[in-house]
Amino acid sequence: MNFSEVFKQSNQLCKVSPDGKYLATCVQYRLVVRDVSTLQIMHLYTCLDQISHMEWSSDSLFILCAMYKRGLVQVWSLEQPDWHCKIDEGSIGLVSSRWSPDGRHILNTTEFHLRITVWSLCTKAVSYIKYPKACQKGIDFSRDGSYMALAERRDCKDFVSIFVCDDWHLLRHFETETQDLAGLEWSPNGCVLAVWDSCLEYKVLLYSLDGRLLSTYSAYEWSLGVKSVSWSPSSQFLAIGSYDEKVRIINHITWKKIAQFQHPATVESTKATVYKEVERRPAVGTDEMSLHNITTGSTLFNTQSKYEICSLPVQVPVVKPDPDRANPKIGVSVLAFSSNNHYLATKNDNMASVVWVWNMQMMSLQAVLEQTSAVRCFQWDPCHPRLALCTGNTKLYLWSPGGCVAVQVPTEGGFQVHSLNWHCSGNSLILLGKEQLCLCYMETDEEDK
Amino acid sequence: MGEWWTTEASMENYEISSISHVTMSPSRQNSFVSSYSFPLAKSSYSVISAFCTEDNILQCISYINQELASLGLSSTYIEATSPEGTGLNAVPALNAMYELLQIHRRTMSTVEGLEKEQLKKSSTMELMQTSNTRLKDQLELSIREKSGLHEMERQLQLKIKTLQSCLKTEKDEVQKLQSIIASRASQYSHDAKRKEREAAKLRERLSQLLVDRKDKKLVAIDVLNSLGRSDGKRGHWKTAKATASHEGEMYKSLLSDYEASQKSLMLENAELKKVLQQMKKEMIHILSPRSSSGRGATADDSQEQHHDSDGEEKTGDTSRETLDQSCEHAREQLTNSIRQQWRKLRNHVEKLDSQVSQVQNQLESNKEMIPLETHEDEMERMRCEVQQCKEFIHAQQQLLQQQLNTSFDDETAALLNDCYTLEEKERLKEEWRLFEEQKRNFERERTNFTEAAIRLGREKKAFEEDRASWLKNQFLNLTPFTDRRRCSSSDGHSALSVRSEPEIRRSSVKAQLAKSSTYTTFSTPRSSQSAAVPSTPELYRTLRLIPESSSTRHSNRGLWQECSTIEDGDNRVKAKNGGRCSDLSIFSMGEDENSLN
Repeated sequence: MNFSEVFKQSNQLCKVSPDGKYLATCVQYRLVVRDVSTLQIMHLYTCLDQISHMEWSSDSLFILCAMYKRGLVQVWSLEQPDWHCKIDEGSIGLVSSRWSPDGRHILNTTEFHLRITVWSLCTKAVSYIKYPKACQKGIDFSRDGSYMALAERRDCKDFVSIFVCDDWHLLRHFETETQDLAGLEWSPNGCVLAVWDSCLEYKVLLYSLDGRLLSTYSAYEWSLGVKSVSWSPSSQFLAIGSYDEKVRIINHITWKKIAQFQHPATVESTKATVYKEVERRPAVGTDEMSLHNITTGSTLFNTQSKYEICSLPVQVPVVKPDPDRANPKIGVSVLAFSSNNHYLATKNDNMASVVWVWNMQMMSLQAVLEQTSAVRCFQWDPCHPRLALCTGNTKLYLWSPGGCVAVQVPTEGGFQVHSLNWHCSGNSLILLGKEQLCLCYMETDEEDK
Repeated sequence: MGEWWTTEASMENYEISSISHVTMSPSRQNSFVSSYSFPLAKSSYSVISAFCTEDNILQCISYINQELASLGLSSTYIEATSPEGTGLNAVPALNAMYELLQIHRRTMSTVEGLEKEQLKKSSTMELMQTSNTRLKDQLELSIREKSGLHEMERQLQLKIKTLQSCLKTEKDEVQKLQSIIASRASQYSHDAKRKEREAAKLRERLSQLLVDRKDKKLVAIDVLNSLGRSDGKRGHWKTAKATASHEGEMYKSLLSDYEASQKSLMLENAELKKVLQQMKKEMIHILSPRSSSGRGATADDSQEQHHDSDGEEKTGDTSRETLDQSCEHAREQLTNSIRQQWRKLRNHVEKLDSQVSQVQNQLESNKEMIPLETHEDEMERMRCEVQQCKEFIHAQQQLLQQQLNTSFDDETAALLNDCYTLEEKERLKEEWRLFEEQKRNFERERTNFTEAAIRLGREKKAFEEDRASWLKNQFLNLTPFTDRRRCSSSDGHSALSVRSEPEIRRSSVKAQLAKSSTYTTFSTPRSSQSAAVPSTPELYRTLRLIPESSSTRHSNRGLWQECSTIEDGDNRVKAKNGGRCSDLSIFSMGEDENSLN
């Protein structure tokens, strides 16, 4: 495992192009594009203000930079560095900007969710979509980029509009049986749309592409409901994380629950391996340790971490949420399927320092990773069953079915990993600190073997 | 009260004693009365001088007669022998007296009976009284308890009443709150809707205003030159045809998805069917030989089964043929046949289960024959060995760890530790397996050696017997009792012959020992000098002529121990043997490794 040198970035804006060749980072009002392999600067663009959002187009030819405060969007071309495009939303304001899947249209959401403006870079044409709903996830493109589902709110009722992305033709428009729609997500095969209600009611609705209601799922009533929803990459399972600290897996044939994963405070499952991160501070005074410190160049305050396999049952640290406050820190908030569908990683908010990995073939708990501090971010390798996670300290943690590793990021001045992103090849990992970034290269020898 | 009773009792007792004294010897008293009563009476009478005097005998007689008549003894009439009344006709007087005495005795006995009865009664009365007092106490207590309980009940009832009223108020409260909640909810939802509508209106107005401002300068796109479409095509107009094509495409994609899912389901179905078929086949295979081969006792049954299986095979074939058609009928047939076979299989398995349980029972009963102690001993030894192995492995692990730690700097070590531990684990597992193998070999050797030792022990015992008999003979030959010697002259001859025998045997044993000592560590080799110079206990035994049969194996063992303590000269030999043995063990280990490799 090798690490690159550290680069500057701001607002945690750092993205690899979809083709995996370039790395774009924002530093204040500058956009820097580097070659991923050499890390040489390819292009440097200067925007009008501090960049608050940056996004690659799907063909990796353009980069969108949004400055929400100014209501401005600037687009840069990689092929023609002197080509430029500037979209000004004016006094109506801007809260969100994104590419359409074809990379030729930009969708801007105005302030107060008045409308969504669709700008075409081909024809300079503008179209408006009214009544978009301000919610957790109100807009989603199907994986193949042909359809867009949009949540709308009219007359105190929820609607879903399905657009054809090709020419923004409204294909379907239907009312949903929700009190207060919170989000929608296409299945990876683009044929089923999952729609869920706000946390006040446990309700998940499944619509076909043509607007037919396929099924409704509700696990319980009178309690806080859905917190997160995720499709498996094969569209075979829909995982629903809820406030009752459980994940329910729904199958794609009968749309009924086939498994339920609990997150108990004491792990007793005999099939599970519990990895506990143990920090050991280098004992000052022992010659060996100080020598190592000198050789590795790490500071005195750095602590070494390693995983220990705990014997069951294991008590997991639980923080009791304040029941009087809104959005209590309880329930499964993050769900992530591995690329090969075999594993599901979850995080329960009142056990913030624990990541649970479930085996989807056995439908059982596979591993529990107990960290010393709260887990900030975790992401699956897009090519291998490998999970990377960070907890806001100077270490990177990796889990794979074979075991667990904690790696110290060997940089000066204590690089704290706040977020991470896998390169699409799965060979490298982008680690984002507060104002820095660093690339981590995985060993590829193993794969060659 | 008690005192009074006791005094009464004592008085009665006194009376009873006096009575009993009287009644104890009636005949004797009678005789006394007859012989001495008169002078006594006379003296007493003279003293008292009450009833009869010389003068009034007649009157007395008549009086007594009257009295007697009144007592109903009119038959005996006392008469005076002379008119002056000096003499008394003895017979009637005596009769009367006898009668009186009889009456007296009877009355006395009745009195006694009555007294006894009274005593009994009084005692029962006492009992009754005590029980009465006790019962009274109990009654009082229970009455008190009852009143307490009453009080408690009253209190509880009061409490219940208050609680009920509380419940009622609470229920009312709940209802009120529920209604409030409902009204609030409806109000809030109404408000929310109103607010939302207002917001929507405001938004509408805002957008209207923004649109009306027409400041295109602000809301604008500024592109250097327009881009081509990503697919390279030109944009097309929105027409009805386009919308139709969109619809068509949508349905196409939906259809393709459904087709894909159907295909996958079909595949899965086919796979399952295949599995089902295979299972069925195997079932038939398993079930048919069983039905044809066994159960001679139930011939009809087996025939029936045979018939069934035939039928099933037919159905199986037909179902296989019709599988591809996948019609309802075929499916039914298939499921039916599977069900039947499953039932049969289950029965079979149940039978097998019962058999197995029987066999197990038998085994268990057999198992009990093996002595527990040897088991435990063996277990203990094995545990010790396992512990040793574990320690060894641990030490090795530590050494490896140290090596690793020294060879790498700390960071990389931490990095690689996880990978290495896995590898190490694998290796250690392998080693562990090796150790297990070796341990098993050791065990086998040990059992061999113990067997050998036992054999040796037996041989030794035989040898000892021989020697004892020989010594006995020798001793007898030495004794001056010539007649005995003569008697055992034949023995002496045999002893001579025996004498030569043990020598041979000893040498053979020695050879054996030498042989065995190469294998075993805990053999107790005996040097030739111990055979030549008999130890004291052996001498004792020979002198006392203890029959060998009485000395058990245990005692023999004790003897050997003594011998070994006495013989220091053997140590060198033992050490030698130990060394040889260790060599051998290493050699065997090597062999094992070879065999494993």
